[in-house]
Amino acid sequence: MRFIEEYRDQETAQALGRAIRGITTRGWTLMEVCGGQTHAIVRFGVDQLLPEAVTLVHGPGCPVCVTPIELIDAAVEIAAREDVVFCSFGDMLRVPGSTTDLLAVKARGGDVRIVYSPLDALKIAKTEPAKQVVFFAVGFETTAPANAMAVYRARREGIANFSVLVAHVLVPPAMEAILSSRDNRVQGFLAAGHVCAVMGYTEYEPLASRYRVPIVVTGFEPVDILHGVYLCIKQLEEGRAEVENQYVRAVRREGNASAQEMVREVFRVDRRMWRGIGEIPRSGLALRDEYAAFDALRRFDVGEAVTVEASECISGLVLRGVRKPNECPAFGGRCTPERPLGAPMVSSEGACAAYYRYRTHAAVSRA
Amino acid sequence: MCLGIPGRILEIGDGEGVARAGRVDFGGIVKEASLAFVPDAGVGDYVVVHVGFAIARLDEAEAARVFDYLRQMDELGELGDERG
Ligand code: SF4
Repeated sequence: MRFIEEYRDQETAQALGRAIRGITTRGWTLMEVCGGQTHAIVRFGVDQLLPEAVTLVHGPGCPVCVTPIELIDAAVEIAAREDVVFCSFGDMLRVPGSTTDLLAVKARGGDVRIVYSPLDALKIAKTEPAKQVVFFAVGFETTAPANAMAVYRARREGIANFSVLVAHVLVPPAMEAILSSRDNRVQGFLAAGHVCAVMGYTEYEPLASRYRVPIVVTGFEPVDILHGVYLCIKQLEEGRAEVENQYVRAVRREGNASAQEMVREVFRVDRRMWRGIGEIPRSGLALRDEYAAFDALRRFDVGEAVTVEASECISGLVLRGVRKPNECPAFGGRCTPERPLGAPMVSSEGACAAYYRYRTHAAVSRA
Repeated sequence: MCLGIPGRILEIGDGEGVARAGRVDFGGIVKEASLAFVPDAGVGDYVVVHVGFAIARLDEAEAARVFDYLRQMDELGELGDERG
């Protein structure tokens, strides 16, 4: 398929691998922010084309992984109610909450439905007016315009039985949290291409200069990722720290104006808990007051629950690139995709799941 | 869920503004997608679709420029240099 095959071409990938080896004179640690990139790196063995000196660590860009356990517990509680149809992207169903997950609620007879788009949930609300239809609005800046649109249309069309459980997160504040943490080892970033397709990349410019770190907006195919690594290493070797755009076919500096407008119409920036990482200021989205009537947390008055995390899970370290998944003692043994202890083992964007799927039998990493 | 997939717009419906939508071909699989966020994309254009919404129009000229640049690097011996 156009825009896919040419970016998976072996020869181009290998030539880029050689080019990276050609310019690398010492050790560098880069982080790919997005879980989709992590998945492609592990699946296509992109890291195996890199010189020993270059280490890729995996970032927090997996919305399934960072959605706070409080909200998973709230989702479970709301989904179990008689009159509720709970709609969610498929990957959220197996994320462990304190005691159970959405899949178990469904197995016990709860009306939990997997949707592909938030508009599908809106459609269900229209056709089943006697039910309360709740959509689990998770994701980064990429998903925010779509989810905002669903809420916007619900208000405009007067669909009163629709609401959203909002768990939106923003990428740049998380990158800053990583850069400013004491155990940070990230020297350059591959920024998430699709987040930038929506938001542009002006937000990264102050980060690059303040922390002296190159940030390269990068796509999702092997050739994109290798090209992103090349540009990032070139900057590091030349002592530059700039924002550069590898993913020019999809990303403009100012991003997508109409998508941003929709996000601003419905959401405001708010603090947000990140699972495994903790609270990050101004790192999430919440509904604006005009849309508060569509907030599922208000509508259902979910009680303050005590949350319990699996004590063995080191997802926080994995999500900040401090540890690799296979360095977790539970990896592949007590924690598998069939019986996940932590969220990164659930989603295909989670680093632990990607390692489990593609690397359990191979020697894993040089890092 | 964050995977955006490139597809080609086959057809655009009558809806306007927030209701702008069309049919998009993903290598043989055709799906309905919102085109509200790509107001300048037309039939035949490639877009990145994410959770049912096109979020970016793919720029073929920019894509070709990157491949030209990679090819040029190759010819100049920057690619294929085996120093490392
Ligand atoms: S392998 Fe499982 S327990 Fe370990 S960090 Fe990953 S999700 Fe958590």
